[in-house]
Amino acid sequence: MADTPKNSSSKQITGAEILIRCLHEENVEFVFGYPGGAVLHIYDAIYHQDKFKHILVRHEQAALHAADAYSRSTGKVGVALVTSGPGATNAVTGIATAYMDSIPMVIISGQVPTYAIGEDAFQECDTVGITRPCVKHNFLVKDVKDIAATMKKAFYVAASGRPGPVLVDIPKDITADLCKFEYPESVSLRSYNPVTKGHLGQIKKALKLLAEAKRPMVYSGGGVVLGDASAHLIKLIQSMGIPITSTLMGLGGFPASDEKFLGMLGMHGTYEANMAMQECDVLLAVGARFDDRVIGNTKHFLSTPRTIIHIDIDPSSISKRVKIDVPIVGDVKSVLADMNELIATEKPAQNTNALAAWFKQINAWRGKKCLDFKQSDEFIKPQYVIQKLHEVTKGEAFVTSDVGQHQMWAAQYYKFNDPRRWINSGGLGTMGVGLPYAMGVQFAHPNAQVACVTGEGSIQMNIQELSTCAQYHLPIKVIMLNNRYLGMVRQWQEFFYENRYSESYMDSLPDFVKLAEAYGHVGMQITKPSDVEGALKEAFDMKSRFVFLDFITDQKENVFPMIQNGKGLSEMILASDIGAEDL
Amino acid sequence: MTTSAPRHIISLLMENEAGALSRVAGLFSARGYNIESLTVAVTEDPTLSRMTIVTSGSEAIIEQIIKQLNKLIDVVKVLDLNDGKFIERELMLVKVKATGAFREEMKRMCDIFRGRIIDVADGSFTIELTGSGTKLDAFIESLDKAAILETVRTGASGIGRGDRILKV
Repeated sequence: MADTPKNSSSKQITGAEILIRCLHEENVEFVFGYPGGAVLHIYDAIYHQDKFKHILVRHEQAALHAADAYSRSTGKVGVALVTSGPGATNAVTGIATAYMDSIPMVIISGQVPTYAIGEDAFQECDTVGITRPCVKHNFLVKDVKDIAATMKKAFYVAASGRPGPVLVDIPKDITADLCKFEYPESVSLRSYNPVTKGHLGQIKKALKLLAEAKRPMVYSGGGVVLGDASAHLIKLIQSMGIPITSTLMGLGGFPASDEKFLGMLGMHGTYEANMAMQECDVLLAVGARFDDRVIGNTKHFLSTPRTIIHIDIDPSSISKRVKIDVPIVGDVKSVLADMNELIATEKPAQNTNALAAWFKQINAWRGKKCLDFKQSDEFIKPQYVIQKLHEVTKGEAFVTSDVGQHQMWAAQYYKFNDPRRWINSGGLGTMGVGLPYAMGVQFAHPNAQVACVTGEGSIQMNIQELSTCAQYHLPIKVIMLNNRYLGMVRQWQEFFYENRYSESYMDSLPDFVKLAEAYGHVGMQITKPSDVEGALKEAFDMKSRFVFLDFITDQKENVFPMIQNGKGLSEMILASDIGAEDL
Repeated sequence: MTTSAPRHIISLLMENEAGALSRVAGLFSARGYNIESLTVAVTEDPTLSRMTIVTSGSEAIIEQIIKQLNKLIDVVKVLDLNDGKFIERELMLVKVKATGAFREEMKRMCDIFRGRIIDVADGSFTIELTGSGTKLDAFIESLDKAAILETVRTGASGIGRGDRILKV
């Protein structure tokens, strides 16, 4: 009974203090949150500690997004803290966003006292019930003695296997109750044992198929980024010399500057990536899930025969939308490492002639130059802004985006060479994430350049966070592509609803420059193409300032290539097909 | 439920915790899977609940259902009973009119189906009947519709035959 170990206390402390100790044990750096009645004991305990920093947002949704982006950009578990009732319901969009993109997070929500649960108490809602379909798991803590073990489980479940958000709902009286603190050393759940190592026989089979393929192709997804498998993927591609495309979520997992990279695939993917995906004879999918925005019409995709190998940590992702020939369940990094080891030892003979012919075909597709756009002296082209952003930041910035046309242009024209630099909501497609995402990234990387590419629609969905950015002096640069339309909606209405722009035009926009200034930031409006580069340089030179750049862009610009809903990968509309340069 | 896709009986063991049942029920509704019946009760190990779900769907859908169930953190083990030989039983309580000549008729029908009359009142019997779903259906079919006052069915419980055991 000499010393009390660091991870325990011999005296009775409150549930709130226990919770804080748990966060210390997990080496949490930031908690993004918003106080309220049910979490007041917890906030009082936060007041008495300085090991982690609490970030006060202006709306709970932003707390979730910021914690989410902190995780996306670092690989660590993001932590958010909200109060009961409206605090929790405001958090739901952020939780669902993280869930769809498999982001490890722990969300702590306050709950009304145990004796009031079910009585329609003030700020009561069934948080565990409401969040159940959009969390990896959730808990309601009913006894102070369970807080430590529950938190340990929450962090373990969130970060292991296919990651995801885990919510811990804690009634107020539990945070005042007393108990000794003892943090479990380890956790094991009989009902949860995620696989890590892939089946070696399957891996060998996959490698043989890839080596013997005439038209091999790799399709890499967000799992490569989340699984920190980028280096292993690069090694595999370099040693086998095969072409690779990436999903929106996988960008940066393989360097865009490499000649084997065909660009993003999918609804707004490049011509060469989509054609190669359709025409390949052996496809290796790595940490990707064949979703509707990626392969379009499943029947059309399957109309071309090919052998599909799929590496994924989640068995339910395999053969969900497309039947898989060689499934490999396992951690992407571990499986790719095994593959690379096999290549090194067995040096499988490849069909080099066929591969050369395949690249010749790919280069012919590249000849379409599907991302070319016509520059204008009069209007700022949104694509041009992203190209210049890439130049000015030397391709090294963290880029967050909202959802819509600007998101696709950022994905297409900012050539990401490193993982965890491209932060956006791919699965849920949540407008309003951009600014809070930039906050989370900037907290995690205080000295990095952080750009938030957004539109005038999306930014207004969490515009209140300009205040948070002022409070914490975050030197984020907002790159707003302002086309006075909900651009992606307008684009669909142009193509599929005969130009009936129903409710997609935004009248009465604020003066964004004045708005930024009202919060104490720098605001700039750019209307001429010739001013784009200068404005970006000026903004990024203000290293300690938050700068809001309002680029007034071409109203009618569309995102190309485009695959219409229900169409197949090889049925793209290109800018050149419809004379878009004349618009 | 209107689908003609093959019927499957899925058996699972899960942590006996509050909310576990709604996780399973929620999964089926969220992903649009069919659910014909669902029964759940605690096992001889009080930390575990055993659930039997009757569903239907193509092979691909059943494969997804099993994978998605396995993904739930509270679910310990899942088994598609249709992968081997199994027995299923369901309990039904039927309250029927039993007046005059009907009384003898009802008693006879009950005997034919190996049911038991467990409550007798002036004008009615309550019959307990156990068997497969189709047997219970057949009993209902064989009764005069006007004679049926009330039916209660538990939904199927299933267990593997012989050495097929679902245990932690």
